[in-house]
Amino acid sequence: MQLEFSAEELAFQQEVRTFIAENYPQELRGKQDEGDELAKEDFLAWHKVLYNKGWVAPAWPVEYGGTGWTATQRFIWSEETARADCIRLMPFGLAMVGPVIYTFGTPEQKAKFLPRILSGEDWWCQGYSEPGSGSDLASLRTMAVQDGSDYVVNGQKTWTTMAQHADWGFFLVRTDKEAKQQEGISFLLVDMKSPGITVRPIITLGGEHEVNEVWLEDVRVPVENRVYEENKGWTCAKFLLAHERTGIAGVASSKRGVDKIKSIARAEQDGDKPLIANAFFKRKIAELEIDLTALEFTELRSLAGANAGKGPGPESSLLKIKGSEIQQRLTELALEAVGHYGAPYFRGFGEGDNEHPIGPDYAHRAAPTYFNTRKTTIYGGSNEIQRNIIAKMVLGL
Amino acid sequence: MDFTYTETQDMIRDTLARFLADTYDFEKRKVMIASSAGRDAGIWSALATELGMLGAPFAEEHGGLGGGALENALIMEEMGKVIAIEPYLQTVVIGGGALKAVGGAVADAVIPGIIGGEVVIGFAYAEPQGRYDLANIRTSAKADGAGYVLNGHKGVVYAAPWATHLLVTARTGGGNRERAGVELFLIDANAKGITRRDYPTVDGSQASEIYFENVAIPGEALLPGGIDLIEKIVDEATVAVCAEATGVMEKLHQGTLDYSKQRTQFGQPIGRFQVLQHRMVDMFMEVEQARSMVLMATLKLDLPSAQRKAAVSACKSKVSKGANFVGQNAIQTHGGIGITQELAIGHYFKRATIIEGHFGSADYHLDRYEQLTLAE
Ligand SMILES: Cc1cc2nc3c(=O)[nH]c(=O)nc-3n(C[C@H](O)[C@H](O)[C@H](O)COP(=O)(O)OP(=O)(O)OC[C@H]3O[C@@H](n4cnc5c(N)ncnc54)[C@H](O)[C@@H]3O)c2cc1C
Repeated sequence: MQLEFSAEELAFQQEVRTFIAENYPQELRGKQDEGDELAKEDFLAWHKVLYNKGWVAPAWPVEYGGTGWTATQRFIWSEETARADCIRLMPFGLAMVGPVIYTFGTPEQKAKFLPRILSGEDWWCQGYSEPGSGSDLASLRTMAVQDGSDYVVNGQKTWTTMAQHADWGFFLVRTDKEAKQQEGISFLLVDMKSPGITVRPIITLGGEHEVNEVWLEDVRVPVENRVYEENKGWTCAKFLLAHERTGIAGVASSKRGVDKIKSIARAEQDGDKPLIANAFFKRKIAELEIDLTALEFTELRSLAGANAGKGPGPESSLLKIKGSEIQQRLTELALEAVGHYGAPYFRGFGEGDNEHPIGPDYAHRAAPTYFNTRKTTIYGGSNEIQRNIIAKMVLGL
Repeated sequence: MDFTYTETQDMIRDTLARFLADTYDFEKRKVMIASSAGRDAGIWSALATELGMLGAPFAEEHGGLGGGALENALIMEEMGKVIAIEPYLQTVVIGGGALKAVGGAVADAVIPGIIGGEVVIGFAYAEPQGRYDLANIRTSAKADGAGYVLNGHKGVVYAAPWATHLLVTARTGGGNRERAGVELFLIDANAKGITRRDYPTVDGSQASEIYFENVAIPGEALLPGGIDLIEKIVDEATVAVCAEATGVMEKLHQGTLDYSKQRTQFGQPIGRFQVLQHRMVDMFMEVEQARSMVLMATLKLDLPSAQRKAAVSACKSKVSKGANFVGQNAIQTHGGIGITQELAIGHYFKRATIIEGHFGSADYHLDRYEQLTLAE
């Protein structure tokens, strides 16, 4: 066992740093520094750079376009991208449906979809949750009835992130009403431009438009777009949920978040000293950093297990719980740090509106970000559900 | 000892509750916030003329109802229940509080206007470098003949876009952060040399950055009392905002309880899950303790300043933490629907969040409490 990187690993780290420094899109950097909301093109700009380099999907098997990196190299990669404050690519294609397709898909599905996920040509969304089925996902009611070579799909999905921009969606639908809940569900790939799909925005607390309602009315989906067997969609869903949870720990980006808090606390005045000298505030940062270290080494242990051939198990729930709590605490500290200047509501730079936001630059998104980040303990399987999983699967209760 | 409210106090609460339930229905609130003025000025007039509510804490000789801090707390709690954006805190509690404290000609001149609903006051005390320290101010008031000349920048002045008057803290002498030399001025909000930048706030209200550039003000604008007076009225305001918090927290808790009985997952109302039950019990306990602390602090507002400050800081640190806990858990228990703009619950959460830091965070007040009560 050892903590230090080897000479080759250090060389790799250097290579990654240089690559990011030379290739990260400048316009994107500018927008991030201004705290602007990012558009689809912004995500695609970085995606394209990585695609051209062949680094867009480090976690995928090499035969499908992965990098063949070791777990340590992947760790270095996520550390370095976070350190350089690179945006995180949208997970729906690369981290979610991609792995499902290369694990469960037909050769035709792999050939059709995987290259377009890698290139960024297709933008994906996840159609699982329904108004009546959130935590209890298996109770979902959107129906798919076979008619010739198509399924005809009817129902409503909700909370569908980025559906307004998506070319494709992966949906869980009911194909057998009589079977036990989990056994009557299938996994469908749906062209979001199909007739019968309506996407309506849901505006969240910080004023963002990131989630949507998706209505499906007699939407025809070719049977060949079903992944894996009919009524076996739950197998794909479970596989994917475990994948979703590991990514959600977000250690590297939280480290970057801690750095940002420190720089805010150095800039903010508290009496005749910077806020970072305030004993209460300093202690909160220290506690957060210690909790983050505990999370990091728990994740590293889990990665080591995955390297040894054990897939991500129920312990990934631990990473999700602790990771999401830390993300929330970061936003809470940022809001506390900016004091009075958390209150002004800055609507963003509209067309022709170049008025500067109120207060320091780091302040004007603090409150909306705090409000919005309440989501991390709700989505991806709420933290209550994750605790239920640990109680049952790990503790045997 | 007697913790019962008088008939008049009960009447104030009930009348106001009925009025607000109708005028501040959630959809109406949305519309008024989105309007260009950011409020419905008719509500303020109605509070004054139809309900006589703006006279609650003022003496009868000024045309008021003869009440005080208890009445303010009652009214603020009701405002909290509907997340009202009325400038009661700034105008009646703070502006009115300062005028009552100084009395004399200025009180006789302005209080009737407050009671009648014609006067709206913005409290310009915070500065970008100052955080919660009331003496950490750079805005200067330089003596000039019989009057003063104001220069400086005040930040995040709630209700300023609607204000007829500004209550401004400024330095007539002394160095930055020195207590001596800090004074309170009541001035015309439209005096020459004042510029404002108005904006909405995240909790649905309106505020401004205010810049004073050689604003000439008369000598009578100074309300004598210095930093001691300012601390006293801010303490009163802090308790009032805590009273508002109890209303906000009660609604967050009640809304969560109701939702947990309606929302079913896994074939049962989510309120059946014991982990959520215990959480809602914890929320309930925070609401009750917040109420207790507000009552405690309200009843101690007239004690000597060290005791008053300790009581207010105890109240605010407890209520700030409670508001944080209740707000976050209300959202969590609602799941996805909690983080949308559609439901009222998220808007209560936003107000609770801003109250947390208003006039000092939990830590700020814990620190002040320690310094006052735990000297070595
Ligand atoms: C910002 C955001 C983005 C999202 N993006 C997507 C997306 O792209 N695609 C998608 O399909 N979904 C998405 N979701 C939906 C998300 O997965 C659900 O919100 C989540 O599963 C919770 O479901 P719910 O919101 O219906 O809450 P509910 O299931 O109604 O839960 C309400 C509360 O009850 C608790 N609870 C429920 N069951 C139990 C239990 N057995 N024991 C203890 N407590 C329990 C929950 O933890 C929660 O606190 C998103 C959600 C958000 C907020």
